[in-house]
Amino acid sequence: MTEVNPQQVSAPKADETAPAKAHAATAQPSGGGGLRLGRIGEIPHIGLVVALVILAVVGIVTVPDAFATSSNMVSILALAATIGVITVGATFVIIGGGIDLSVGAVMALASVWATTLATQAYGPWVMMICAVLVGTGAGLLNGFLISYGRMVPFIATLAMLVAARGLAQRMSDRKTQLVGPDNQLIVDISTTRVFGLPLLVYIFAVVVIIGWLILNRTTFGRRTYAVGGNPEAARLAGINVRRHTMLLYALSGFCCGIAAIIIMARTTTGSSTHGDLYELDAIAAVIIGGTLLTGGRGTIVGAILGLLIFTVITNLFILNGLNTSDQLIAKGLIIVAAVLLQRRSLNAST
Amino acid sequence: MEDISREQSETAPLLAMRDIVKQFPGVRALDGVDLDVRAGEVHCLLGQNGAGKSTLIKVLAGAHQPDSGEVLMNGEPVKLATPTAAMKLGVATIYQELDLVDGLSVAENVFLGHEHATMGFTRRGATNAATRKILERLGHGEIRPTTEVGRLSPAGKQVVSMARALSHDARIIVMDEPSAALAHDEVNNLFRIIREVTAQGVAVIYISHRLEEIREIGDRVTVLKDGRTVAVGLPAKTTPTNQVVSLMTGRNVEYVFPPRHEGGFGDELLKLDNVSVAGMVRDVSFSVRAGEIVGLAGLVGSGRSEIIEAVYGARRCTGKITLNAQLIRANTTRSVRLGMGLAPEERKAQGLLLGQSIARNITLASLERYSTLGWINRKKEAAEAAHLVKALDIRPPDPNRVIKTLSGGNQQKAVIGRWLVGDGRKLLLLDEPTRGVDVGARAEIYALVRKLADEGVGVLLVSSEVPEVLGLSDRVLVIREGRIVREAGAGELDEHTVLDLVMDAHPVSAPSHD
Repeated sequence: MTEVNPQQVSAPKADETAPAKAHAATAQPSGGGGLRLGRIGEIPHIGLVVALVILAVVGIVTVPDAFATSSNMVSILALAATIGVITVGATFVIIGGGIDLSVGAVMALASVWATTLATQAYGPWVMMICAVLVGTGAGLLNGFLISYGRMVPFIATLAMLVAARGLAQRMSDRKTQLVGPDNQLIVDISTTRVFGLPLLVYIFAVVVIIGWLILNRTTFGRRTYAVGGNPEAARLAGINVRRHTMLLYALSGFCCGIAAIIIMARTTTGSSTHGDLYELDAIAAVIIGGTLLTGGRGTIVGAILGLLIFTVITNLFILNGLNTSDQLIAKGLIIVAAVLLQRRSLNAST
Repeated sequence: MEDISREQSETAPLLAMRDIVKQFPGVRALDGVDLDVRAGEVHCLLGQNGAGKSTLIKVLAGAHQPDSGEVLMNGEPVKLATPTAAMKLGVATIYQELDLVDGLSVAENVFLGHEHATMGFTRRGATNAATRKILERLGHGEIRPTTEVGRLSPAGKQVVSMARALSHDARIIVMDEPSAALAHDEVNNLFRIIREVTAQGVAVIYISHRLEEIREIGDRVTVLKDGRTVAVGLPAKTTPTNQVVSLMTGRNVEYVFPPRHEGGFGDELLKLDNVSVAGMVRDVSFSVRAGEIVGLAGLVGSGRSEIIEAVYGARRCTGKITLNAQLIRANTTRSVRLGMGLAPEERKAQGLLLGQSIARNITLASLERYSTLGWINRKKEAAEAAHLVKALDIRPPDPNRVIKTLSGGNQQKAVIGRWLVGDGRKLLLLDEPTRGVDVGARAEIYALVRKLADEGVGVLLVSSEVPEVLGLSDRVLVIREGRIVREAGAGELDEHTVLDLVMDAHPVSAPSHD
């Protein structure tokens, strides 16, 4: 569809001002900044945006009166918020060359811990702090085992997945714990609306923005790319690779804690069954968003777009009354298609 | 009788390579190489690093395609298009890092890729029996085909590699520095095996830096220099060492070295006291003064890179290393903070973030300089990167360009440039700074290093290229088998003397290999 000039494509910093820079760098005389057809392929995440638009069109055509309503849009965003927050953390870990399989289980554990009667007695703020601390603590433990215990990330976080869910089951006695009437502040996060959107959507947005800033504007983010792209070079450049790796998992755990607050608000419960298979959705979203599973390259914007695609598909299947099994098949196909397309554009750029 | 056989082999050598040329971006690795190998001989290939030996082997193994020239086997032109094609023609290559699978058995390794199998099921009995037969032929019946390869000694693994070559009915076996990983007595065993296979008509192309070994095992010697054959088929046993060394030295390429510093140097900057690295370096002591360039000359595996890594805190060692009286620990973050910088040996694997821009590669180690509480001031960063790209004349001069697309010389400038941000660097460690760098960029890098030294930076330099060490350094330490065997001002040594010292096979009261 496009002729890609290899000099123009500097893939790794896709969500910065890549098109503008590439434009300036070309030798061709270029007058205005108008987008010619040949340049559309260079817009970051254009494929994902197109896919999202196509899905929206499908929605408008198939369920005209249900899809394009503001309440449906809000429910899509609310649905995306929980996994979205987790996805931000997962993006950091994967760019840093790791993987975190424990996110769903850690979120469940945080939600259970925060909704035990003992915690609830201290009020909603302590509950929220508790959720974040439990998540961060679990993440730190993951990171410690991986960095200093030299465990393979896959195995360490797999162990955490199993153990955290078990612990959540024990703490809750496998029962769903309701958020008490004194702590309705937490539920308000889901029900209070500002400019028509529930608070939790704002939390989601804030996490995404802060995540983006950390990844693209701070030394921590820069080092994350270095550690994932070439750990040996990073070490020899004086970066403390082990500490950095540990912090990446702690960050992922922190995001799981925030996600736990959101799910408590949405469901008014803490439960050991929350977040089942979230790790797969989060990883899939990151991959669809163009992040290399081997690390060193990727963007938060891409991951969030990937996640929105997934969420809209779910929404479309539900609105059309279709089978959830077909929905899973569609998701599988999308993962394959996205990765194949990315490989093509990657080859074209090198 | 003898005359007849010699005549036959001379009319049609088993392998003949004629006028082989191979060009890489910026480097002409092979510039008209000839090689004649007869059946049943041990043909030694000699040459300094960068002379083209590795490229030649890779052409022979089918891993590189020559740009021009022809390869004949038994007088017939052949094309070594792929490694598989080379193997089918009977060329087996045993690389220095033996490519064996540790988790598989001896027999499985020997027949890897051409297993005895029926409908996909391996016939273990047949495989083991065939392996046993080959091992017995090599005089190593004691190695059991079912043993896991990971549990064998380096010498044992060498035998398995050899067996694998024979399992392909190899007519030519190429061995790249086979003795490098072996202890002294194991080398004798290797020689016995080589004699075993050559007696059966197989030709062995033997690459080694150790002249002593070549005298013992070799029949004829071909010497390469700067990608050309400078001597074909010298008798290995009788050619004087003197003559061989002078064939290897005296380059055609004239390097341009900047003039040395006049007058004295600054204070003592780096000091090593009895530094040892297990199995690699033994009791090394020396110092580097501010403004001084100290060169370490030695072969690959002599311990020179390990010394540099220990200094940088990238490798554990015993003994004491200090920089400005501050103790160096095994912690690169600390070393960088104390004012060290390293341009590592493997530029791509250890130095660069290949997928990222020149600017990001340059600023990687000094992000603190442009940031407040972790927040990067991108304007400042871009300005500094642009300044260095200009100062180092990195081409193309676009800081946002992905570094992968640059030539080796420009990549190397960026790696060195990483340590020139600000004026905080006190000691630069350069490991093979001009590997894969073309002649023009070399001169620029030499000038840059000298300029830094003149500004008071201490430099510790490692290079396999003796002229480079001699031309650039103020003082040279010759390293052999983990020890300093000679220390002298660069002016007091010549290439010949240094080569003699680094290649001398007489063990220097052998360091223990435990």
